[in-house]
Amino acid sequence: MNNMKIITRNPHHLFSVLKHVPVIPLLLLLPMIVCGIFGPYLYLHDPTAMKLSMALKPPAWVSGGDWSYLLGTDNMGRDLLSRLIEGARASLIVAFFGVGFAGIVGVSIGMIAGYFEGKIDNIIMRFVDAQMSIPAILLIILLAAVLGGGLATIILSITLVFWTQYARVIRGETLSIKQRDFVVLAKVTDCGTFRILRKHIFPNTTNTIMVLATLQLGRAIIIEASITFLGMGIQPPATAWGLIISDGRIYMSTAWWIPTFAGMAIMITVLGANLLGDWLRDRLDPKLRQL
Amino acid sequence: MLAIEREGLMENLLEAQNVKKYFPIYDGGVLFKKYRMLKAVDGVSFSVRKGECFGIAGESGSGKTTVAKLILLLEKITEGNILFEGKNLGRLIKQDRSWYRRRVQTIFQDAASSLDPRMRILDIVSEPMEVQPSGTQSKSVIRHRTEEILHLVGLGSATLKKYPHELSGGQKQRVAIARAMILEPSLVILDEPVSALDVSIRAQILNLLTEIQEKQRITYLLIAHDLAMLQNISDQIAVMYLGKIVEMGNTEEVFDRPMHPYTKALFEAVPRPEPGRAKEVPAISGEIGNPIYPPSGCRFHPRCKETVPECRENEPVVRNIGKNHQVACHLLTRR
Repeated sequence: MNNMKIITRNPHHLFSVLKHVPVIPLLLLLPMIVCGIFGPYLYLHDPTAMKLSMALKPPAWVSGGDWSYLLGTDNMGRDLLSRLIEGARASLIVAFFGVGFAGIVGVSIGMIAGYFEGKIDNIIMRFVDAQMSIPAILLIILLAAVLGGGLATIILSITLVFWTQYARVIRGETLSIKQRDFVVLAKVTDCGTFRILRKHIFPNTTNTIMVLATLQLGRAIIIEASITFLGMGIQPPATAWGLIISDGRIYMSTAWWIPTFAGMAIMITVLGANLLGDWLRDRLDPKLRQL
Repeated sequence: MLAIEREGLMENLLEAQNVKKYFPIYDGGVLFKKYRMLKAVDGVSFSVRKGECFGIAGESGSGKTTVAKLILLLEKITEGNILFEGKNLGRLIKQDRSWYRRRVQTIFQDAASSLDPRMRILDIVSEPMEVQPSGTQSKSVIRHRTEEILHLVGLGSATLKKYPHELSGGQKQRVAIARAMILEPSLVILDEPVSALDVSIRAQILNLLTEIQEKQRITYLLIAHDLAMLQNISDQIAVMYLGKIVEMGNTEEVFDRPMHPYTKALFEAVPRPEPGRAKEVPAISGEIGNPIYPPSGCRFHPRCKETVPECRENEPVVRNIGKNHQVACHLLTRR
């Protein structure tokens, strides 16, 4: 018994290292991140180059497949694997900036609402309630229709939809943190409101923010793919996973591989993000279970 | 301890004049909300002299912590005045307010909650210096001063880089003391400074506090329910019950000749290690009254052993008995 303890605590022991790293979530997420950043160095074919003679090739391991087109080609003869790699970038950018901007806006507003309470809090929170009652996807379609599609629109829409959740959770955290003695003591030592928010309240909410952001990552990717699938998001000739699915939809019966692999890419990434979020939550603060 | 100074030279540092604090409590109504007043502090007057330790005793709900909050400007006074070095706290302008906040510091009961878990000890202790409006000092000056004050409370320089969770309960309270003392305040409010600590550490922290008081001529306002502790360190003591001071005076005087039935009951409730002392009937029974609907007349009468008819009808006035001893009780006029 005693011996076992020593082994698991030894940081150089492979097993104990693996215990502290979320292996599966990272393995699921890593392909998207690597492809998103290094995409142009990874693919064999130009993801937008059409070659009609090569159209609708099945994956390499199916009869009729070609090993230089590992996952097959679409109706225009574009290499699917290259398109998946290229499409990761849109997802990565949208997830990163959408969730990031939403976090900045939502956390600031949530801290203000929670710290000042009273009228400001009431107005902000009623507004949040109202916005949360509108289905996210509907709001984004509306925004896309007004502003036109494109990466910037999706990021803006995701920011507008997601900030409310941060605002709510961080408001609650702020309400409880500001009751704690160290905040009261900061007031007694004549710290200004801004300093209290920045130095005492914000650092104590970072765990929650991290968990929330990771969990929202998956949702952001799904929303981006859905909106692109509906034709309101990223527009061709750019490449995105949602676009591949919507292009391949009509070939479903003859070329199943077109939408299938893109769908799997979305699923794996979102699963990875969600698992990572769960892991972080349990790791950082088990009290956050309701998130 | 400070007997010589007490005779002549001592002046008042802090003076509370008929201070009241009422909290509005929501009591029904949708459009036209109705409120009732919770009378947390209801007409309290006392004065704290420079360099002394003024103790406030009372069970929970007696309003002693609210008094501390009022002095710390954490709550607005409903009525009455608090004077600090002759200045009225209700009418401080902005500069005076930050001057005042440098002069008055506090130490809370729960050291674990008093320290920001995300800050290093260096940053926690030096924060009062950093936010001073009168020019920011250089990093090395701040660090030097922090180290100095940590040594004063008995912590080494190795503590500087640590986070609060790496310290023990007693060490945390020492850090809280260092933070309160770094600007050399003239008044420090101690709100149950040791009641959350292990009994074995209490004496150490109390000794440290009295040591610092002697070295730096600080005035303490000590809020506690531990009467033995108050007897040991405070020079004056005020006993509060339901927002009012029922008895106040020189600590020795009050402990030797308690006059108010509530004070007597509190003293009787203190466990004394006497062998063979029979288990007695509890000196006081029931619970403290409701501050929203305080009992008529003397607020203590529902629990008092020595009630007379007057107690139900009239509020007793504060009477001087002896040189430095005041009591608010009807029994005094009866005798």
